[in-house]
Amino acid sequence: MPVESENNGPGRGRTLVTGVIGADTHIVGNRILGMALEEAGFKVVALGALTPAEDFVKAAIETAADGIMVSSLYGQGELDCRGFRALCVEAGLDDILLYVGGNLVVGKQDWVGVEKRFLDMGFDRAFPPGTRTADVIAALRRDFAARAEGRQRAET
Amino acid sequence: MTAAALLIDFGSTFTKLRAVDLEAAHVIGSGQGPSTVTTDVTEGLHKALGDLEHRIGWLPDFKHRLACSSAAGGLRMVTVGLVPELTAEAARRAALGAGAKLTGTFAYRLTEGDMHRIESIGPDIILLAGGTDGGNREVIVENAKRLAASSLACPVVVAGNRDAADEAASALARAGKPVTVAGNVMPEFGRLDVEPARAAIRQVFIDRIVHAKGIDRAAAMFDVVLMPTPAAVLEGARLLADGVKGKPGLGPLVVVDVGGATTDVHSVAEGAPTREGVVPHGLPEPVVKRTVEGDLGMRINAKAIAEAVGFDAIAVAADLDQARVRALFDKLTANVERLPQSDDERRLDRALAEAALRIAMTRHAGTITIVQTVTGPVSIQTGKDLSDIKVLIGTGGVLAHGAGGAAMIKCCLADPAEPHTLRPRAPDLYLDSDYLLFACGLLNDKEPEAALTLGLRHMHPVGNNVS
Repeated sequence: MPVESENNGPGRGRTLVTGVIGADTHIVGNRILGMALEEAGFKVVALGALTPAEDFVKAAIETAADGIMVSSLYGQGELDCRGFRALCVEAGLDDILLYVGGNLVVGKQDWVGVEKRFLDMGFDRAFPPGTRTADVIAALRRDFAARAEGRQRAET
Repeated sequence: MTAAALLIDFGSTFTKLRAVDLEAAHVIGSGQGPSTVTTDVTEGLHKALGDLEHRIGWLPDFKHRLACSSAAGGLRMVTVGLVPELTAEAARRAALGAGAKLTGTFAYRLTEGDMHRIESIGPDIILLAGGTDGGNREVIVENAKRLAASSLACPVVVAGNRDAADEAASALARAGKPVTVAGNVMPEFGRLDVEPARAAIRQVFIDRIVHAKGIDRAAAMFDVVLMPTPAAVLEGARLLADGVKGKPGLGPLVVVDVGGATTDVHSVAEGAPTREGVVPHGLPEPVVKRTVEGDLGMRINAKAIAEAVGFDAIAVAADLDQARVRALFDKLTANVERLPQSDDERRLDRALAEAALRIAMTRHAGTITIVQTVTGPVSIQTGKDLSDIKVLIGTGGVLAHGAGGAAMIKCCLADPAEPHTLRPRAPDLYLDSDYLLFACGLLNDKEPEAALTLGLRHMHPVGNNVS
């Protein structure tokens, strides 16, 4: 398997919409993620904090985005993200890649259960607090490579 | 004899002239004739020139003869974009900024029904947007093909995704539609760039629309019809605000114009938040912004104003009983050119203008919404914050000619009872009593300094709100 150079993997030139969903003002992590994504060669459409779910979808339509990266840090992510995939399907973005990450729920809950809930909501991947940006980028590259082969996402 | 310029407004009711001394930068005289665009435009212009000559006793040899036009329905425009709040909204703003009269706004893929509607509207021009640069390309190309296959013959300005613009334009060109490609109205997500589209629309207006409307029949009597009248007013406002090199203007300002069919608000201002800790939200605002309230007009839409604020409220404001108000309304709608002839009618006009101004300014200005977050309430600003604007100018018939224009434009100002709308708080108030803003906007094209001096001299201060 050929080794991907930093700016030349699958995903190079792909457009990703980022933002912090709901009434959440925690922007710092989202900014750091955005910078890392840009450095990795992605085109980032940054919506910033306090972004309603509908705005992610509208931005994705207009920019023909390949993926949406939803951040939520204030514990209400589960409420805010409910129906997110449905919104995308409604807007004709049936297969858009959806990631979610951050402090998705309140209190100490078992991550496996939390992840399952978000995957059941239609997200392709969910990331716990403390995830490294490099891991997210690696996952994006695997998923875009899988899509180039006609699969929805990579196995791992 | 010093050099003079003739500024012409081919309006829907009147042909208005202003003769200006370019060295002294003052008005030599005015003339007015009927609007005869539907028959022979030269007739009304001849009459207006006769009126001008009659008033000043002679006709100068004009160095410039510049015109604008809102006759024959104005520049009737349809806009098409992708997402209603994004490129479709950007297209709408570009169209309004170009002085167009919006006759239809469309988003997403044009349906069969949409196409029927556009064909029945029969616009003078279509602005086709959609997709950020490198973004969605299917929809604009598909919409271009639909327009190409239609019976429409009007020019199309393509101002969408750069990657798709050529394909969209050639689909239209192959079908024989006149097409111009301009820069994308939204090149990146959240960034507006309406200037290139605005310039392209203006060029199409000069090259084609003037001819299509029959105004060029009087071509021997003027040099050029530069733009639609609302664009001339907006240009005038921009000049007054920004000034020219070496001669400052008035700074950020707002112009309100109450007409018979619509109420226009023009602002030349950044509109950045003035309150602490406010987060701006939504599309960025163009510095030079025009909004048109198609439901607020002193004659054609008098009833709509009353419906918006309530007949009883209008009656109270005009100090008339409701039956009398309704009777007067019937008179107004039966004859939309009617000027007030009694005290009752003047009071009703004033109440209507005040209501129209209050609503139009509220819609033009930004708003603050409070969002509750876990870290406490956050104020979000949508639109322009005009609180600190220092200059508010009233123009248009009822404000300029009626008595009490100064009192009327105060209705635009911020109201402590509505703290969430960001209307101007305490600007100095001016009236364009001589109807010169359009003339300044036109003259700006050739003699910006004279145009500025003229404008500064002829906006009449009528006090400020600090009382």
